[in-house]
Amino acid sequence: MIDVFLTAMIGENLALSFFLGMCTFLAVSQRVETAAGLGLALIVVQVITVPANNLIHTYLLSEGAWAWAGMPELDLTHLRLIAFIGVIAAMVQILEMGLDRFAPWLYRALGIFLPLITVNCAILGASLFMVERRYTFAESVVYGLGTGIGWALAIVTFAAIRERLRYSLIPAGLQGLGSAFLITGLMSLGLSAAAGLGAP
Amino acid sequence: MTRLLDRLTRPLIDENPVTLQILGICSALAVTTTLATALTMSLALTVVICLSATLISLIRNHIPQSVRLIIQITIISALVIVMDGLLRAFAYEMSQRLSVFVGLIVTNCLVMGRAEAFAMRHPPGASFADALGNGLGYSLILIVVGTLREGLGLGTILAVPLAPMLGLEGFTPIALMQRAPAAFFILGLLIWALRAWRPTQVETPEFRVTGHEEDA
Repeated sequence: MIDVFLTAMIGENLALSFFLGMCTFLAVSQRVETAAGLGLALIVVQVITVPANNLIHTYLLSEGAWAWAGMPELDLTHLRLIAFIGVIAAMVQILEMGLDRFAPWLYRALGIFLPLITVNCAILGASLFMVERRYTFAESVVYGLGTGIGWALAIVTFAAIRERLRYSLIPAGLQGLGSAFLITGLMSLGLSAAAGLGAP
Repeated sequence: MTRLLDRLTRPLIDENPVTLQILGICSALAVTTTLATALTMSLALTVVICLSATLISLIRNHIPQSVRLIIQITIISALVIVMDGLLRAFAYEMSQRLSVFVGLIVTNCLVMGRAEAFAMRHPPGASFADALGNGLGYSLILIVVGTLREGLGLGTILAVPLAPMLGLEGFTPIALMQRAPAAFFILGLLIWALRAWRPTQVETPEFRVTGHEEDA
């Protein structure tokens, strides 16, 4: 269990070693506050959607899931992508309404980032990895939490570095996107070194 | 005709989706460990983006504004499922190597971005040209990065060893090139090179450092 969590958070960090959610990672990292908001939103959505998709995959889509209804040959795994993206979009929508009603401060803090998360490939990617690695329900909860925290840590650190870099002299061609890539590369390098230290 | 051609060629260098519009970066980095995976991914993405842009553009006048995102996602994911099935059927080993990244074309912001920004407002012909141009622009970056990473990291191109061909017998492959950080470095340096060549793409800095006038 702890293994799954640590691997998801550090060793196989979705942003830095699988490049998932890069578009948002690069676009929404100008300020630490917004990056933290987005990271928080991602953790929440990840913890809900990965287990939800796990249940849907096990009880509705995998081969033989409909045996109780007299259809043991039915295999709906090809509907996985549509089902998962539907769940993610629906979850984000429900979460948005729920937060608006019960935790308005959090809703205001997350703002525009909540709907944007629907098309963040870190979410769909985590669900797909969960299926590919055959995680159980409990493992999928831990995996969702680990990937969420890992991604949030990465974007907050990255935003903090970028805030500092704002006052430095960068060659014209590297301004903006170019330097962002190089920084992410260095972060990824550091992370894989850290992961190597902890590897059993 | 020239406008169509312009739509097709502009995204190749001048408005490249990866290096300028920041679209579709996740997969551009992940599948470039070898040239073969980069080529397969480019092909899959180009087919999906062309078909989805054309289809969405065909029904653009019948899509209600409030549910357009869901409709776009459904069309795109249906196409991706077909593409994934085709890959599994005819290139099983390749589909295993690409892992989840074919499925992730669904949330590739390049496909969604072009559908939302272009196909929703233009006729099918123009949308197709725009999608093809963007698909090729994306492919161009993937091929360059894939060639560099495979060539330097494994010493091969498309699994053909390079060293005997170039007379570099003592060449030791750089293992780092196969790891994640190298993808970031190569893309960052590529952007630098591209912007040195086309200075109009340079982003303006948020602040300017201007010496110490107040000291004087």
